[in-house]
Amino acid sequence: MEKEIKIALAGNPNSGKTTVFNNLTGARQHVGNYPGVTVEKKTGERQYKGYKIDIVDLPGTYSLTAYSLDEVVARNFIIDEKPDVVVDIIDSSNLERNLYLATQLMELRVPIVFAFNMVDIAKSSGKKIDTKLLSELMGVTIVETIGHRNKGMNELLDAVVNVAEKGKGKKVIVRYGEEIENEVEKITAILAKEGAVTEKLNLRWLAVKLLEQDKEVIEAVKKSTGGNYKRIEKVVEGSIWHIQNILRDSPETIIADARYGFINGALRESYEEIEAGKVTISDKIDRVLTNRILGLPIFFGLMWLMFQFVFTVGAYPMDWIDMGFGKLGNLVSNALPEGLLQSFIVDGIIGGVGGVLIFTPNIILLFVCIAILEDSGYMARAAFVMDRIMHKIGLHGKSFIPMLIGFGCTIPAYMAARTLENKKDRLVTMHVNTFMSCGARLPIYILLAGAFFPAYAGNVIFSIYVIGIIMAILMAKLLRSTRFKGEAAPFVMELPPYRVPTFKGVIVHMWERTRLYLKKAGTIILAMAIIIWILFTFPKIGDNYSTDYDAEVVSIEESYESGRITEEELEEAIVVIEGKMADEEMAYSAAGRVGHFIEPVFKPLGFDWRMAVAAISGIAAKEIVVSTMGTLYSIAEADEESESLRDTLANEYHPLIGYNFMLFSLLYFPCMAGIAVFRREAGRKEMWFQIGYTLLLAWVVSFVVFQIGRLFI
Amino acid sequence: MKLNEVKPKTKCKIIKVSGSGGVHRRLLDMGCVKGTDVEVIKVAPLGDPIDIVIKGYHLSIRKEEAKNIDVEVI
Repeated sequence: MEKEIKIALAGNPNSGKTTVFNNLTGARQHVGNYPGVTVEKKTGERQYKGYKIDIVDLPGTYSLTAYSLDEVVARNFIIDEKPDVVVDIIDSSNLERNLYLATQLMELRVPIVFAFNMVDIAKSSGKKIDTKLLSELMGVTIVETIGHRNKGMNELLDAVVNVAEKGKGKKVIVRYGEEIENEVEKITAILAKEGAVTEKLNLRWLAVKLLEQDKEVIEAVKKSTGGNYKRIEKVVEGSIWHIQNILRDSPETIIADARYGFINGALRESYEEIEAGKVTISDKIDRVLTNRILGLPIFFGLMWLMFQFVFTVGAYPMDWIDMGFGKLGNLVSNALPEGLLQSFIVDGIIGGVGGVLIFTPNIILLFVCIAILEDSGYMARAAFVMDRIMHKIGLHGKSFIPMLIGFGCTIPAYMAARTLENKKDRLVTMHVNTFMSCGARLPIYILLAGAFFPAYAGNVIFSIYVIGIIMAILMAKLLRSTRFKGEAAPFVMELPPYRVPTFKGVIVHMWERTRLYLKKAGTIILAMAIIIWILFTFPKIGDNYSTDYDAEVVSIEESYESGRITEEELEEAIVVIEGKMADEEMAYSAAGRVGHFIEPVFKPLGFDWRMAVAAISGIAAKEIVVSTMGTLYSIAEADEESESLRDTLANEYHPLIGYNFMLFSLLYFPCMAGIAVFRREAGRKEMWFQIGYTLLLAWVVSFVVFQIGRLFI
Repeated sequence: MKLNEVKPKTKCKIIKVSGSGGVHRRLLDMGCVKGTDVEVIKVAPLGDPIDIVIKGYHLSIRKEEAKNIDVEVI
């Protein structure tokens, strides 16, 4: 019978926790969410010496307060799920700050093992740690590991098994000084008296948290003591007042002081820095990369390089996929008889899915770039450099990269927004991301700008992008001062030392996200492609044409045969008749009817039913809009370069309408796949808000532009 | 003196960390406690935030956050 051990990995961000997790679990990982919150939960398992070890990778945190969702989630997991061992992954080059979290884990009195990670880097920079002594002083087993070289993993597992079987070691209590300890005693007493006893937590911990005014704990104690809470509250308030008076600082501050004091005391005896204050390579790199003068140009240069890489290198596989799907389409066309099935497979599935999968190489390359930026440590510098501007619009330095990625595709952009710890910052960043016009909308602009403004298409398209950016800024400010009003999140952010990203690390990072993208985009786009195909194909008009076109064709052919018209005139006439038939087929189909039905809503914007249908098709995928327009105007195999489609559009509409449609396409919500990922990352309520407000904005802007514009034409 | 007023390449010691709420909590967690040595390294190209070295690592904070920290230059 296998013994099961449940462990949780905790640790600061940048401590190499993820690498250790990957080492321990290999491919046997699963990503989900913690119940009820949009915080990613990574779990995995490992067989070791007859044990089955379940491993949960907790969110990286600097502390265990109730101030951020990540910390609450991590803390609650430890308290509620009671893992057999908590492994704290510690960056050995950064002991003092890393041990702050460790002391809080000690306060929870859970069985702990410390993994002093990246010891190679610490040793080579002259840091000497007497792990044996430190282990004794803190009462915790310490294992040295080098995550990125997969070293120390077995020793770590041995320690975990040992602690799980034999229990925690010597009990070491962090003391906070006489005054605080006195008050803690008082509060512990009243807690016991009023029945705030829980089997999950020790009273001392509760008392300390109440002194720190921890919101979650206050709620929990209120619940478990009901009416008695008022008496507890009184004692706590008295204690806080007393401490403020005597020590001239809040208990929160003093307790934090005390934790660091404890850490210092332990390190003073067991830790030594031989080359303290030496300028590191990281520092030297930063002299250039965050330089007063060079910093910004270098940053923009790197961003430009990233996009060049993604689109230039990505162009090759893009072409292959394009050709591949084209060939596949031909193959199937030839293999199947003409008719519904052929149309379903070739136009519906292969056409629809292929058109969107074509972007996959770009997406993969984009994820690779993001992984390199994150793993190397440069991401933090990007936030550092851009924060001033971002903060002015109500966002955060870390918002910049997700917004930039949005110019490629919203899906990786939404995923990149995970780096924003503050929920409001993150949601606002996601809500305005759609205005960073994604790559799939570009064909729409190319088509319309080419049709209506052939002489200055480039400038027109550029103006759309600029308007997008302006909208993003305006909406960010607006949202931040209304729906997402609130205290600005702290910027206080670590600048981790530069590290060389490992190939394995980048690939794992990239693959995690690519898999999500393919799953979401793949399934949704396939479903959408089928739906669109159905909407455009059915109902079939059958014999319900307004006129007997077949008879007309016969009559025209007779005219030709009897020499009354030329061959040229014959062909022209047939094209006209086929055009009329296609129009009626389109109007008869579900898509056409929907377009007609919705037309009143679009009329004030200057759009007719065809444009309405085109806009709706953009909900499925933005790339489809152009080919849908082709279908709507009966031009086969149209793409954005298609002369005949451009001519038709230029003839049908005024340039004002063309530009207006570009604006509308820019502003309304992203495609279904994007919306699906939005929902996964932000929740259903926010998804509806995104759909609602962007649609409203698009409508209002197009309305204003049309109504004012028409006065001039 | 407040930390936001300290010029780059200057070493100082924290005397007091005031304020409340999320920023205060965060500063404490990251090691900004009384008696800690801080060196201001540089200011970001656009003038904000600042990069400081504290407890052996680089921390960047906005000037408006640094206002909460009283220091004495050493």
